[in-house]
Parts: sequence; C-alpha cells; structure tokens
Amino acid sequence: MVIPDFALNAPLAMQVTPADWPGGYWWHWLFFTIIIIAFVLIMVMGVIYIERRGMGRMQSRLGPNRTGPFGLLQPVADAIKVLLKENIVPATADKVVHWLAPIIAFSPVLMIFAVIPFQNGALLADLNIGILYIIAVSSVATVGVFMAGWGSSNKYSLLGAMRNVAAIVSYEIPLALTIVGVIIFSGSLSMNQIVVAQDIPYILVQPLGFLLFFIAASAEINRSPFDLMEADSELTAGFHTEYSGMKFAMFYLVEYAEAIAMSAIITTLFLSGWRGPFLPPWLWFLIKTLVVFFVMVWTRTTLPRVRIDQLMALAWKFLFPLALVNLFITAIEVIFWPDISQWIFVGVNIVIAALLVILWSKLFKIGWGRLEV
Amino acid sequence: MKFENYGIGIIKGMAVTISHLFRHPTVSQFPEQRLNISRRSRGNELVWSREKCTGCATCAKACPQGAIEIITSTNLKENKYEVEKYKVDTGYCIQCGLCVEACPYDALFMGYSYERAKYRRNDLIQADDELLESPERPVSGYFHPEIAEKLPKQTLLVEKVTEKRKQE
Repeated sequence: MVIPDFALNAPLAMQVTPADWPGGYWWHWLFFTIIIIAFVLIMVMGVIYIERRGMGRMQSRLGPNRTGPFGLLQPVADAIKVLLKENIVPATADKVVHWLAPIIAFSPVLMIFAVIPFQNGALLADLNIGILYIIAVSSVATVGVFMAGWGSSNKYSLLGAMRNVAAIVSYEIPLALTIVGVIIFSGSLSMNQIVVAQDIPYILVQPLGFLLFFIAASAEINRSPFDLMEADSELTAGFHTEYSGMKFAMFYLVEYAEAIAMSAIITTLFLSGWRGPFLPPWLWFLIKTLVVFFVMVWTRTTLPRVRIDQLMALAWKFLFPLALVNLFITAIEVIFWPDISQWIFVGVNIVIAALLVILWSKLFKIGWGRLEV
Repeated sequence: MKFENYGIGIIKGMAVTISHLFRHPTVSQFPEQRLNISRRSRGNELVWSREKCTGCATCAKACPQGAIEIITSTNLKENKYEVEKYKVDTGYCIQCGLCVEACPYDALFMGYSYERAKYRRNDLIQADDELLESPERPVSGYFHPEIAEKLPKQTLLVEKVTEKRKQE
C-alpha cells in the first residue's frame, strides 16, 4: 500500500468527491463552517431535550414539559439562564488556565465535525486521513479538562480531572484498535470513503468492533456508566465544579457536542453514514446519529456508575484484548478471503463476537478474583 | 452456566427501561390534574361552628400548642357562656386534631381544603367569622364518619396510573 503524502494531496483529496455546493474553495469553507457551527449548537439543544425527556420517561417521570410546547424551549431557557449568571473565578485559581480551559475543551469538538460527511462529499474537508485526524483531535479535549481541574485549585476538580485523564488514556487504545478493524474492511482512512465502501453496515460485519467501540466511546466522552470523572454524588461536579456562567455553559456544551460527535462517528463508521433508501442522505445521517445518541441515553438510564478500578480493569482486561483479537480476526478474513461476499463474514463474526464475549466474561476478574466485579 | 455474568443482566435492565418509556409515567401534573385528598384529611385550618359552640374552652385546653384563644362572657339570663372571641393561630397549629376530638359538642372540625399558604405571618391568625364553614372552607371527615361518607373517595395515583396503562 502506498501511503499518500497528505500535505501534497490535501487539496486534491478534496476534489475526489466534488461537492454540489456553491463553487470555490473559500465559499466551500465558509458554507461548511457555518453549517457545522449551526449544526452543533442546534443539535446540542435538541439532544439535551431528547436526553431529559427520554430519561424522564424511562424513570417514569415526564421530564421538562413547562417551557413552550412539550417543554421544547427548556434548553433555550437553560441557556439564557446560564449565560446571565455571574462569572465566578476562585481567588486561588490559576486565572489564565482557568480562563483558557473551556475554549481548549470546546474547539477540538468542533474540529471533529470538519471531517464528518453529512452526505456524499458534503463535508468541510475530505481528508484522506479523516479518522486518524479525529483520533488525534479528540484527545486534545482532555487537555482542556485537565486544565480546568488544575486551574480551579479545588481538590475535587483535580480528582475529577485526573480520573478523566486516566480513563481517556486507557480507552483511547481499544477505541483506536476497533477503528483499525473498520479501516481494514473499508480500505480507506477517509470518512467519506469509509461510508462509500459500506455496502453492508459495518455493525453487522464488525459486531464485536461496534460493541467495543460503543463502550470505549461512552467512556471517552464521560457518559454514564463511565461518568465518574464528573460524578455528581462523589465529586460534586468533577472538573467543572468551580465554573459558572458562560464558562460552565461551554463545558456543558462540550459534553453534549462530544456525545453528538461520537454518535456521528459511530454512524459513519458502523451504520453506513448517510447511505439509506428513500430519504435524502443528510436526513439518514441525522436520524442515525440521533438513534445512536438515544442508545447512549438508554444505557445512561439503565446502568449504575462503575468504580475507578472497574473502569480501568474493563479497559485493560476486557476491551483491550478483545479489540486485539477482533483486529486479528478481521485481518485474517481480509487477507485470506478478500473476494468472497461479506455476508458470510456477517454470520461468522456475530458467532465469534458472542463466543468471545462469553469467554472473556468468564476470564474477567478484578484483584485476582478477590473483588466482586 | 448462569448467563447473568455474560451481559444478559445488562440486556434485561435495558429491556426494563425501554418498557418504561412506552407506558404512562407515574405522575400527575398538579395544578391541572388534582387527585382527591383523603376524606379524613386534617387540613391546614380549623372550621368552627358558632351555633354549636358553648364556649367551654375544652379545645383550648386540649391544644398542645396553645394555639386556640377563647374569650367568653357570662350570660346570666340564659345561664350560658357567650363567645366573645375565638382566635386560632394556624401558624402554631400542628394539625394533630386533638381539639376536634376533645370538643364535647361537635363544634370544631378539621378543614378539607389545602393550598392555604399566606404571604404574611399575621394572615395566619384567624378569628371568629373567618373560621366559619363556607364553600371555600369545607369540613373534613376527620373524627366525624358521617361527614366522611359524603365526601368523594380518595384517589390514589397508583390506581389512576394502572387505569391509564390498561387503556394503552
């Protein structure tokens, strides 16, 4: 395989799938920058509504239903409330770090959307290393979180931030390894090409990969059951305890924007992105993203929070070896049977996934079996 | 081989939460939907009957809080007490109902009404005509089964919800 020089091919790669949008490089850039920012902000509000209503109904409550029709304006009211609040900075805080942290946490999330295809070729930059870029950029948000924990000079914030860093360093590995499985099948790192290559959604071809990616992604973006870095009952609010007003709003935004970004990545990698019959592609993309997000809400309502040792054990003893095995099996399949129908792999891989999960659950122990799992 | 250890437990839990999503939630929207309160509710205020009251002040003696103040004068002609002032500080009242049980002439009742918050401390002190029964101040069936029979039965949220869920 020839590794293309990214620096040389970058403008060329953008021409591979010419967009039907108003022509010209800068028009394309302006158009999609506006689209992405609007998409993220509107989706965050929608997603907060979905989460609060969905979670409410699952817990036999109604959720917010007072503001506007069906409580649809609740996120707007919350946003206005939080923006009008006083901005408090602790006296002993590291002012510069404290001030920079929300921005550093927020910008990489927006940057992730630059390579996510809304429909064929409809993305800000069709990088030929799209998914690698996502892995690289999404880790930067951790720096922002750690800066927040460090800058507030509060022990709970620091504890939350340390937990966050530890968790993300661990969960990046299975995350990246499962992505490799997808890349082996699709033969491309470009997000758009991955979607184009998916005649069968990779959730079927890579069931184990999807499971591992979903778990690792929930941990990566601090969603429950892995939300112990901002565990309300233990650390008050984790790293953003000392934040208020606009800065807190930024962290809140990051939390949900990350969830949307991860849903969009899962959609692109495993659920065949914008592809689908009848409806326009961008609508398919939106629907699939929301469905993935809904599953995240669903797991959040169902599962209790894990301990820090369980979190680490799950990453290193369960996800990591399984991701390696998954990668190995995928590689064997692609090397030895490159030409047979992928539908055969679907059946085989589902059986393999079930067997491996059962086998590894039997082997999975914490503290040499002395601790309850 | 117990499959709970292999992720089935998680799937079972997920099934429970998703089934909750599609059924009627266990709530009532208070200001719009009101459930009937207990027929023997010891409501926020006392209801006093001027006709039946003899001014014996048994209620005032029974009150553990000393919230009832009664001033009487002697009517020698008819050989009885005249109630000059009957004052209850509902702010002190703990809704124990002892005064109602103590009254030998059934002249005192607990109230059936609720939402009786006031803006000022002084508004909580009720006296004389303010204590009489009226459509806004219905009488509760507490210690008076014959009144309780006429009041609507208490609705429980559980009954309402199960009824709703059966329809779905």
